[in-house]
Amino acid sequence: MEKFTQHTGVGVPLRRSNVDTDQIIPAVYLKRVTRTGFEDALFAAWRGDPEFVLNQDAYRSGSVLVAGPDFGTGSSREHAVWALKDYGFKVVVSARFADIFRGNSGKQGLLAAQVAQEDIELIWKILETRPGTEVTVDLVARTVQCDDVVVPFHVDDYTRWRLMEGLDDIGLTLQHVDEISAFEERRESWRPATLPAKHLPPVEIKAARPVEVAIGRRPA
Amino acid sequence: MSGTLAEKVWDAHVVRRGTDGAPDLLYIDLHLVHEVTSPQAFEGLRLAGRPVRRPDLTLATEDHNTPTLDIDRPIADATSRTQIETLRTNAAEFGVRIHSLGDADQGIVHQVGPQLGLTQPGLTVVCGDSHTSTHGAFGALAFGIGTSEVEHVLATQTLPLAPFKTMAITVDGRLPEGATSKDIILAVIAKIGTGGGQGYVLEYRGEAIRALSMEARMTICNMSIEAGARAGMIAPDETTFEYLKGRPHAPEGADWDAAVEYWRTLHSDDDAVFDAEVVLDAADLEPFVTWGTNPGQGLPLSADVPVPEQIADANERVAAERAIEYMGLTPGQPLRSIKVDTVFIGSCTNGRIEDLRSVAKVVQGRKKADDVRVLVVPSSARVRLQAEAEGLDKIFLDFGAEWRNAGCSMCLGMNPDQLAPGERSASTSNRNFEGRQGKGGRTHLVSPLVAAATAIRGTLSSYADLGTGRPAPDGSPLTGPAADLQTV
Repeated sequence: MEKFTQHTGVGVPLRRSNVDTDQIIPAVYLKRVTRTGFEDALFAAWRGDPEFVLNQDAYRSGSVLVAGPDFGTGSSREHAVWALKDYGFKVVVSARFADIFRGNSGKQGLLAAQVAQEDIELIWKILETRPGTEVTVDLVARTVQCDDVVVPFHVDDYTRWRLMEGLDDIGLTLQHVDEISAFEERRESWRPATLPAKHLPPVEIKAARPVEVAIGRRPA
Repeated sequence: MSGTLAEKVWDAHVVRRGTDGAPDLLYIDLHLVHEVTSPQAFEGLRLAGRPVRRPDLTLATEDHNTPTLDIDRPIADATSRTQIETLRTNAAEFGVRIHSLGDADQGIVHQVGPQLGLTQPGLTVVCGDSHTSTHGAFGALAFGIGTSEVEHVLATQTLPLAPFKTMAITVDGRLPEGATSKDIILAVIAKIGTGGGQGYVLEYRGEAIRALSMEARMTICNMSIEAGARAGMIAPDETTFEYLKGRPHAPEGADWDAAVEYWRTLHSDDDAVFDAEVVLDAADLEPFVTWGTNPGQGLPLSADVPVPEQIADANERVAAERAIEYMGLTPGQPLRSIKVDTVFIGSCTNGRIEDLRSVAKVVQGRKKADDVRVLVVPSSARVRLQAEAEGLDKIFLDFGAEWRNAGCSMCLGMNPDQLAPGERSASTSNRNFEGRQGKGGRTHLVSPLVAAATAIRGTLSSYADLGTGRPAPDGSPLTGPAADLQTV
C-alpha cells in the first residue's frame, strides 16, 4: 500500500446524506472478479444526470469528496472503495461514516476523514461558490484546508499509522502467527468445523421453470 | 466476571490484546464465503503464495448471482457465470467446502450456516456480507466484512478489530395481533435512524424478544446493519438450544452437554453496563412499512407519507423530499393507498420456512390481485424442499404466485429477478435503497404478513385489512399430513 501523508486535489461537494454503497456502486457492477477497473461504475445511477456534480467540468477531476453524513451505509461491498479509488478519489470527508465502509477504506489506502457537519457546510459553500477549488488534507496534522478554512478531522490512531506507513494488515498479523497457533491449541474441541462435511441426505433439487403469470403494471 | 453478552464473546476470542491504540486480534470461529466478495480475496492469497489457514472453519455457498429459474441450465449472464465458476475454482484450489447451485445445501449463506447447525452461540462469525449480523440471533458475535478482511481471515483466521460499544435494545410487552419481528426491527431503525447503531453491537432483549422463535430472532438481528450497527445479538436460551439440537453440525453426546453448559453463561450480567440503551414497548407496535429510500424512513401502515415541510431537521427534510420524489409518492398520501406492481417474498431477512408458512396461511384458497406479480423465493434449497413437503408450493401456485429456486434474488437484483424502472414492490427484504431491486425500482419494506395481504389487495395492506376475523397466522406448520416433518 502506498504511504499517505498529505494530499491536495479538487474538492467535490456531494450534498447528500445517507449515501449508501448501492448508490456508490450498484450491484450489477459487482460481478467482476478483478480488483480494478470500477471507475465507470462509481455513482452509476447518478452519473446519467447531466446536473450531477461529477458531470460538471470543474469537478470532473476531483480527488477529495466532501459528502453529507452517514456516508457508505448498507452493503459491505469493498467495491465501493475500489470504485472511488479507481475514479481518482484519495479522500472522502463526511461527518459520519458507516463502520464497514470506514474499515474497507483504511485497508485500501482511501482516507475517510471525519469532519464536523458545520465545518462541512463551510467547505461546501466554498466549493460551490468557486468550483474547482483545491482541498488539502494533511494526515500528519489531521487537518482539512479549503481556501482560508482550516478544520480538524478525526481518524483513529491505528488507521492513521498504517496509512502513513503504507502497511499491509495481513503481514502485520502474521508476525503473531505463534500466538494464533497457541490460541487454536486452547479452543474447545466441540466448537463446530465445516470439515468433514455433515448434512442431511442429498436430495435432487428440481429446477423452477418460467410460468405465464400476469406481470405487474410496468410503466411504458 | 460481569459484562455484556458481546463483551463475553469478544473476550473469549482475543488472540492478542492491542496496545498503544492498536486493535485487538480476534480469532474467527466460522467464515462464510460467497461468490461476490471473495474472488479478489482468493486472488490476493494466490499472488502472495498464502494458503487458507483453516479450510475446516470456512464454508462457501452460491447465492447472490444465482438464477431462481432453470438452475439446471448454464447461467445465461456471462459475468454471473464467471463469478460463480471463479468461486468453484477457488474452493477446489484452496480446499474449501462449497455448496453449489443444484446442491440440496445451497442457499443464502445466512440460512445455510444456521440450518447446518454451524452457527452456534458464543462463536465469532464473519462473512463478506453485511447481513452476517443474522447469526447474532444465536448469541454469536457475527458481522459483515469487506474483501480485504475476507482475505485477512482466509490467511490468518483472525481479524484486527477495534472494540465496539454496546447498546441494549429492550423490547418489553407483547406484540399485538398482526405485528411481527420484522415490524419490531423496522420500528427500531425508524427510532434510532440508519446511523444510530454506528460503532455499536446491539443486544436485543426483553419479554417480546424472548417470546420469538429462532427464525423471527434472525429477522431482527439480520437488519441490525440497517441501523448502522455491525452486529446484533440475542442471548441464547431454550429456544436456541431446541433449534440447534440434532442439526448436522450441532455437538453430540458429552460435547452437547459441555456446549450447553457454556452457552448458558452467555448472557449480559445484571450489573453489566451498556454504553447506550433504547426501550420499546411491543404493545405499541403495528405493522410497519417504509415509504422512503433508506430503512429508517419507515412508519406504521396507518400513517401517511410525510410532508417534508413539517420536518424540522434540514438534512432530513431534503432527504425526505428526494425520497418522496424518487418513490413517486405524494406528501400526505395514506400509506394504505399505495398500489404495488410486485410482491417479493424471500431474502435472508424473511425467506425462511416460518415466513413461507405464515404467508401460505394467509393466501391459502385466495387469488392474488390481478395486476400484481408475486415472487416466492425460499432462502435455501432445503427450505424449498421443506415447503414442498408441507404442500406450501401448491398453495402459492394456486394463489397465482411464482415458486422459485433459492437465492438472494430480487433482494438486490444481481440475477435476472429485478424491478423495471418505475416499478413498485412490497418486499420482505432488508433494503429500500434507490435502484436496489433494479434501476429505477421503488421498494417498500414489509413483513411477510403485510406482503401476503398486499398481494391479495394490490395496495399496501395489513392482515387485519383482509377482515377474516381470524387471528393472524404464525410460522408454525400448517395442519396436515406433512406437518410433522423435521423443519430445516
